[in-house]
Amino acid sequence: MDTPIAVNIADVSKSFGQFEAVKNVDLQLKQGEFFSLLGPSGCGKSTLLRMIAGFEDPTEGSITIDGREMKGIEANHRPTNMVFQSYAIFPHLNVEENIVFGLARSGLNKGEKRAKANEMLEKVGLAGLGRRGAHELSGGQRQRVALARALVLEPKVLLLDEPMSALDKKLREQMQMELRALQRSVGITFLMVTHDQHEAMTISDRCGVMFGGKLAQVDAPEILYQAPRTKQVADFIGGMNFIEGQIGAHEGGSLEIDLPVFGKVSVDEHGVSERAGAPITIGLRPERIHVEKNRPEGADVFAEAEVVDRAFYGETIHYYLALNGRKDPIIASITNFERREHFEIGEKVWSGFRGAAAVALPQD
Amino acid sequence: MSLVSTLTSRIGRLLPIYAVLYVAFLYLPILLLPLFSFNDSKVLGFPLTGFTTKWYGSLAEQTALFDALKNSLIVAILSAIVATSLGTLISRAIAKYRYPMRRVSHTIVMVPLVMPEIIIAISLLILFLGIGLGTTLFTVILAHSLLTIPFCVSIMTSAFGQFDDSLEEAAIDLGEGTWGALRRVTLPVVAPGIISCLLISFTVSFDEFILAFFLSGNSPTLPVYIWSQVRFPAKLPNVIALGSLLILVSVLFLLVAEHFRRRSARLTTKSE
Amino acid sequence: MIVTKETKTGLLLSAPATLYVLLLIAAPVALTIAYSFWTQDFVEVRREFTWANYAEVFSDPLYRTLIFRSVRIAAMVTFLTVLLAYPIAYYIAFNVKKSKALWLFLVTIPFWTSYLLRVFSWKIVLAQNGVVNSALLSLGIIDAPLDTLLYNSEAVVVTLAHAWAPFAILPIFVSLEKIDRSLLEASKDLGEGPVRSFLRVTLPLSIPGIVGACLIIFIPTVGDYVTPALVGGSDGAMVANMIQVQFGKANNWPLGSALALSAVVCVTIAACIVVGALKLLERSLK
Repeated sequence: MDTPIAVNIADVSKSFGQFEAVKNVDLQLKQGEFFSLLGPSGCGKSTLLRMIAGFEDPTEGSITIDGREMKGIEANHRPTNMVFQSYAIFPHLNVEENIVFGLARSGLNKGEKRAKANEMLEKVGLAGLGRRGAHELSGGQRQRVALARALVLEPKVLLLDEPMSALDKKLREQMQMELRALQRSVGITFLMVTHDQHEAMTISDRCGVMFGGKLAQVDAPEILYQAPRTKQVADFIGGMNFIEGQIGAHEGGSLEIDLPVFGKVSVDEHGVSERAGAPITIGLRPERIHVEKNRPEGADVFAEAEVVDRAFYGETIHYYLALNGRKDPIIASITNFERREHFEIGEKVWSGFRGAAAVALPQD
Repeated sequence: MSLVSTLTSRIGRLLPIYAVLYVAFLYLPILLLPLFSFNDSKVLGFPLTGFTTKWYGSLAEQTALFDALKNSLIVAILSAIVATSLGTLISRAIAKYRYPMRRVSHTIVMVPLVMPEIIIAISLLILFLGIGLGTTLFTVILAHSLLTIPFCVSIMTSAFGQFDDSLEEAAIDLGEGTWGALRRVTLPVVAPGIISCLLISFTVSFDEFILAFFLSGNSPTLPVYIWSQVRFPAKLPNVIALGSLLILVSVLFLLVAEHFRRRSARLTTKSE
Repeated sequence: MIVTKETKTGLLLSAPATLYVLLLIAAPVALTIAYSFWTQDFVEVRREFTWANYAEVFSDPLYRTLIFRSVRIAAMVTFLTVLLAYPIAYYIAFNVKKSKALWLFLVTIPFWTSYLLRVFSWKIVLAQNGVVNSALLSLGIIDAPLDTLLYNSEAVVVTLAHAWAPFAILPIFVSLEKIDRSLLEASKDLGEGPVRSFLRVTLPLSIPGIVGACLIIFIPTVGDYVTPALVGGSDGAMVANMIQVQFGKANNWPLGSALALSAVVCVTIAACIVVGALKLLERSLK
């Protein structure tokens, strides 16, 4: 039943002199999935991508693509192709010549190459532009040419290095959906590197989050969002309030936690194994916090708070709530639906949440 | 206040007029050469006496001129090739790699640009005679390559500096080896830069006088030949006709070089 | 591993050019320095250390005059070239909107035509029956042609100011072009008049360009040979002409070397003074 593995990265590390860019990464990419490597700049995600492409050699560990060990195989002989951050469109060639560049050794004749190029142009939505010069292309068109040029070689894995960073916001959103659709239609494994969590979440089947050369968590976007494994992941993906407390007791899969101000709350154990009395942090998404004029009915725990600031985002409103005995305000995001109660700065309100909405995070 | 503003607005209006006059100042003396080359008189002065092409016609009879032209072409072509090759190699290193002595060697190769030519000329003369090379076209080629390397380095460092390294990686990613990437991507992309190096080195060498004057020995280049003719008033009309042809060729060369420089800028400019 | 490979490739690629230039600059200059401390004994060079050549260069009024005249002419050429070029650079940077490249190309074309011929054309312009005289005569400003136009240091200055024009225009243009236009607007906004904002903003910010222009003109001018030889006459002769004589007719290479190196030292000192003065001006304007 398991989908075959396209890329197997086993205990791969990479250092540049003293600097360890990638540390003991284990990762399997499944055949035909859209996988994103997500992380802040300098986290090692690009280095990992370049090792798969063959532009860097791992210091340790092994990379297998389609069951074949890649050690000693140069970039030009690997079954991978890449879409570069700058797109690297050859400026002295036109669109069609760019696309057939990699077919030089394929043994295809001119007509066959042209047919292939036209087929790819069709797929990426550039039909009829084969004669265009490279310098006449817009940003979005360059990206499509880069995609066509890489996909025409039918790689086992398509590697994309920050493919959207050169585009403006509007075009980026459109290209994200197109990229997703293209991936589904060609069925090739896509591995994209990005620092944009929204981008990674919208396009990918699965995401890997990297910090400081280590792979912190690999999961589907929803799980990453709802059940981050570490504080760092929780903080990097979406907004998150952190509340420190103490473990009260383990009770069959759930934890009883003592929180200041809010009091005792029961949350999912989520792999936390520390014993009673140990400190613990819970994470709480802003949209899971209730804010009411009166004591909230649906919440498990609640506390009085004061609105110290608010920010209007259109579909949501963020309230910054000061709680007794807490230095930083917690942020609550309230959907701006019709007849919603609004609060003013300085207003006293009640805030609360349900235990099921909180996630227990082990100490880093 | 109003005085100042009328003053500045007047300066603003005068600037374009000044610009036109200045360009006239730049061009008029040079345009005199073609003018007098068609004048039917041995005296280079006004008033003009009549139209003739005989000065051009009699150029063909001067075998020494053709020898000098041949010498100049040999020197200019070979020194352009030497300077462009050396300049291209080092520029690639300067733009692409980090290595010890990188800035020092960059400074060293630019030095010939800021040394008075007379100093280069006499010290090379001392060296070449000292080591028994003598003064031949070969020594002129050595000197002209030296003189034109800085031009090539500044053109090629900018060409390679603008070159997006991921172009080479993309070529390799698409199946080419290191040489294939160089042949199919890097060289074609920087080719306009290389061509403009060749053209500019050629032009500089072709026009260069002092170094050739000291180092060419018994095989004068064209400027040295012209210099020898300038002293004889009877030869002046011929010299002027020759000069007019040279100016025409230089300008044509320059237009071609400029065309390639612009293409180079367009090809290598990184996409945003 | 990667570092050494990069180092190796870098050194390998830069070695040929660097060694070539080093070999053809350092070795000959060292030899020239050595020569300047030797003496010429008819056809033989006597390789014994002596200060005699330098003593002669600085005591003989002929050589002294030539060196100082060369520096003076070079300074005048530099000043005149920069003065004439500044408004053009300013015009191209601020007034020309669309065709900047065309204008820059236009002012650089003359530079690429033969230097020898450009200088020679000034001989025609300034000759007794040349352009200037004919024009003045036909306009009735003078009755007889002036014979004082050619063969003096002024002729050298004008000719060289023409020859070096692009060397002044380009660096000044670059420094003007770099000036953030909002600075000028800010200065206007703060109530500075156009003259004051030129003096307080534009001029100080363009001084790096002026310094570049001065150096690139001053240095080669001191060692110029062709112009003084063609239009300088005996009053406009410069040090390079004498160096050539020492290496040619007079056949005294040690003295010629000492003369050349003394000129280089004077150029360096004078250049430092010019740059220093401009830096001071830059500071006082700010």
